Amino acid sequence: MKKQLVELAHARSGDKGDIANIALFAPDQATYDLLVREVTTERVRTHFAGIVTGKVERYEAPNVLALNFVLHGALNGGASRSLRSDALGKSLSSALLRMEIEV
Amino acid sequence: MKSVRIAGGLGFYGDSWRPIKTSIERGNVQYVASDHLAELTLAILQKDRQRDPNLGYTRDFAPMLLDLLPIAIPRGVKFILNAGGLNPMAAREVLLGALKKFDMKLKVGVVLGDSVLERLDELQEVGVSLVHMDTGADITTVRERLLFASAYLGARPLVEALDAGADIVLTGRVADAALFLAPMMHQLGWRWDDWDKLAQGIVVGHLLECSGQATGGNFGGDWRSIPNLAHIGYPIAEVWENGDAVISKAPGTGGRVNFDTLREQLLYEVHDPRHYMTPDVDVDMTTLRMEEIGLDEVRVIGAKGRPAPEMLKIVAGYEDGVMGQAMLGYAWPDALAKAQLAAEIIQQQMIEVDLKTEEIVIEYIGYDSIHGPLADPTHAKDLNEVYLRIAVRCADKKEAAKLGRLFPPLALSGPPFIGGAGGMIEPRGLLGIWPTLAPRTVIEEYIRVSVEES
Repeated sequence: MKKQLVELAHARSGDKGDIANIALFAPDQATYDLLVREVTTERVRTHFAGIVTGKVERYEAPNVLALNFVLHGALNGGASRSLRSDALGKSLSSALLRMEIEV
Repeated sequence: MKSVRIAGGLGFYGDSWRPIKTSIERGNVQYVASDHLAELTLAILQKDRQRDPNLGYTRDFAPMLLDLLPIAIPRGVKFILNAGGLNPMAAREVLLGALKKFDMKLKVGVVLGDSVLERLDELQEVGVSLVHMDTGADITTVRERLLFASAYLGARPLVEALDAGADIVLTGRVADAALFLAPMMHQLGWRWDDWDKLAQGIVVGHLLECSGQATGGNFGGDWRSIPNLAHIGYPIAEVWENGDAVISKAPGTGGRVNFDTLREQLLYEVHDPRHYMTPDVDVDMTTLRMEEIGLDEVRVIGAKGRPAPEMLKIVAGYEDGVMGQAMLGYAWPDALAKAQLAAEIIQQQMIEVDLKTEEIVIEYIGYDSIHGPLADPTHAKDLNEVYLRIAVRCADKKEAAKLGRLFPPLALSGPPFIGGAGGMIEPRGLLGIWPTLAPRTVIEEYIRVSVEES
């Protein structure tokens, strides 16, 4: 069965230069393990095609049941240079929550 | 066991200081640490300083202090602010002038030495490459267009000012969390190689540096569950001698401090949580624990630290073109199709008026302006209204301004049913950000700390 991440987790994104990070938070250990298995670096890269131009890295913070994605080239050159409405990438977090995973 | 109570101040230039007032009145705090400088704030300040050499600081800080000092002085509350921006000395003059209306003598400390724009040749001569730390690009390509270059300093000079008795410390660029680490070092007697305690201090600072984002603001979880955001309390930390900390907020305020709101802030703008690099310590966030110990009270313990890095981060900003933009709204029926036709018309006319662009972004507000290509197309049908927004990057202001002039005629000569024609939007200078690294020794030799009585 497929589920959209918005039903499973919450997220916050932030900016540094042209790099955005999205931290994805699970409500419990079982969901965290599921996210670790399903929300891979490759899947996130594909998900953000057309927005993110560089590499994607994933870091694990199991102590707070979180995965942290670092998206290079995600902000059209960075907040102060971007032509986009979401120059700071504040809503990249909610865009990630659109992803569907197998549960 | 000794402890210190610190209030989170502003999260950016333009943030509200009303919640700080509440933290002082009801939060029993000894310090307010306030972050006025986002990455791009220095660009705004540089423009101010180009107009007037006596500007270049964040101008909200003086009205903020004049409003807060009458309640802060009787309680002995001290302030640490990076509001000095690119011109901490000018900020001090403004503050000393403003303080004349208070009877009590206050000591104002200033930290200088973060700005390295004038020293870039010297840095290169001693072998600092100044290459872009993410892309490895050579700085030569942007060197002539640089507007500012500032190093992120650590907490040491701030502690020096506090040790010399400063009631208010004004800095330029310092690591945001260092604003908070400074009063802990000053009060708790930690050594500069107590890495785990420094790591705890930085984590606490990081949690507090974005005002309401730690207390339920911008909360990506169940945002409906956050009470009374209109009267949100900013975060308050109590930190003990052994490094343990409790994050809370003033009683009676809105917002929420719990595991969920705090863990969102913990990873905000973090890359590798095992190595959160700051000038004072390399922090491992993955060892810490956050436990709810009461309503709006979370204990934070167990962050681990490794020795401070040899290199400090510098962020420079350079001019990178000018943005022209324009907007117009279209109503149901077929709102999106109308906005798309308007976009086609504008694009044809851009070619005909020979508008030279380096980049163009077309967005449909109400449909895809925030999620871009990830917007769900099944929502495209039957929207009540859609705003067309076009933004262009051009070489100069004159070129960028051409875009806005193409929009007004759409009112009578484009597709039907418009609204929200807001007039032309002034073109705005764009700024590229250039992060780079330099050995701390070559930066730190220029740090100066002075403390003067009002």
